[in-house]
Amino acid sequence: MIRAALLLLALCATLAGAQSPPPRSGLDFQGDDIRRLQEDDFANPAMLWVERGAALWREARGAAGKSCADCHGDAASSMRGVAARLPGWDRRLGRVVTLDARIQACATGEQRAAGFAPESRDHIGLLAYVSLQSRGMPQRVEVEGEARAVFERGRELFMTRVGQMNLACTHCHDLKWGRTLLTEKISQGQPTAWPAYRLDWQAAGSLERRLRACFVGVRAAMPDYRSDELTALQLYLARRAQGLALEAPGVRR
Amino acid sequence: MSAGRLRVPARARRGEVIEIRLLLEHPMENGFRRDTLGRAVPKNIINTLVARYDGREILRAEFGTGIAANPYLAFFTRATASGEVVVSWVDDAGLAGEVRAPIEVG
Repeated sequence: MIRAALLLLALCATLAGAQSPPPRSGLDFQGDDIRRLQEDDFANPAMLWVERGAALWREARGAAGKSCADCHGDAASSMRGVAARLPGWDRRLGRVVTLDARIQACATGEQRAAGFAPESRDHIGLLAYVSLQSRGMPQRVEVEGEARAVFERGRELFMTRVGQMNLACTHCHDLKWGRTLLTEKISQGQPTAWPAYRLDWQAAGSLERRLRACFVGVRAAMPDYRSDELTALQLYLARRAQGLALEAPGVRR
Repeated sequence: MSAGRLRVPARARRGEVIEIRLLLEHPMENGFRRDTLGRAVPKNIINTLVARYDGREILRAEFGTGIAANPYLAFFTRATASGEVVVSWVDDAGLAGEVRAPIEVG
C-alpha cells in the first residue's frame, strides 16, 4: 500500500517535471516513402545540392581568391558540430548568427566576394554541405548571456498570433502535433532536418524558406530572408529542439 | 551540361544481376507552370535517356511531363564483361548530360 502510494507520488512528480514532451524529429510524422528517401544517401535528392556545396567548398572565390578550404581545411573535421551549435552569439560580429549568416560573413568578409542570394543553388549547397558534417549530433545551442534577448524575441514570435488565420506557431506545433491537417500529420516543427529537399518545391531549401511558407499558410506577411525575426525564430526553434539529433539534409513533403 | 549521380557496383560476378541507380539534376519543367509575374515557363524536360554498358545499349527511355524534378531511376542488368556504364541524356533546351562508372566483372 505504502509502496503503491510512493509509486503514485513518484509518477506525479515525473509528470509535473515534464512541462513539454521530448522533441521528436519531423521524420516521425512523415510516411515510409519519405523516410526511405531521406535514409538513402544516394536517392536523397538533397545530396545533389550537397555535391554542389562540396565543390564550392574548394572553389576560390572573390577578390581575395580564397576558398573555404583555404582557411577551414577539411570540412569533415573543421565543420563537425558547427551546425549543431548554431544559431548562436558570434563574438566577432557581435550578434546572433545563423549558419547562413556565418557563411555570408565569410563570403563577403574573408573572400571579399558577393554574398549568396537566398535559396540559390550555391547558397543551399553550401548550407547543406556544412550541415551534413554535423549529422547525427545533438542540437546544442547556447541561449544564456548575450543571446538571451534574441531567444526571448524568438519565443515571443512563436507564441504570437499572426495573419488572417490568427494562429501562432504554438497552436499547431505545441498543442496539435500528431493530429491530422488535411492529408498531413502536424509535426512539432523541429528544425533539425534543414536544409531539406521538399517535394512540394521540387528543390532543396533552407529553414527560412520553410518558415516563410508557414507564414503564407496562416496568411500573414512573410518576414524577409535573413531578417531579425527569422533569426530569432530559428534560435528559439533550435533551443526547443535541444538534444534532438541533426539529420540534414532531410526530405519532407 | 547538367549533372547527375550514377551508382553501379564496382565489382560483380559474371552472370550476376546488378542494379544501376541514377539520380539526375533537372527541373523537369512541364510547361504548365507560370512564374511569379504570370509568364508561362516554357516546357523543358529531359526527353531522352540512353544507358550503355560495355558499348551496348541496355536502356533507352523517353520521358514525359509527368516525371518529377530531379528524376531517380533504378534498373537491372546482367553483368557480362568488365567495362563502363555510360548514361547520357538530353533535354528540350538541347542541353546534354553524361555520367559514367566502371564495373569489373570477374
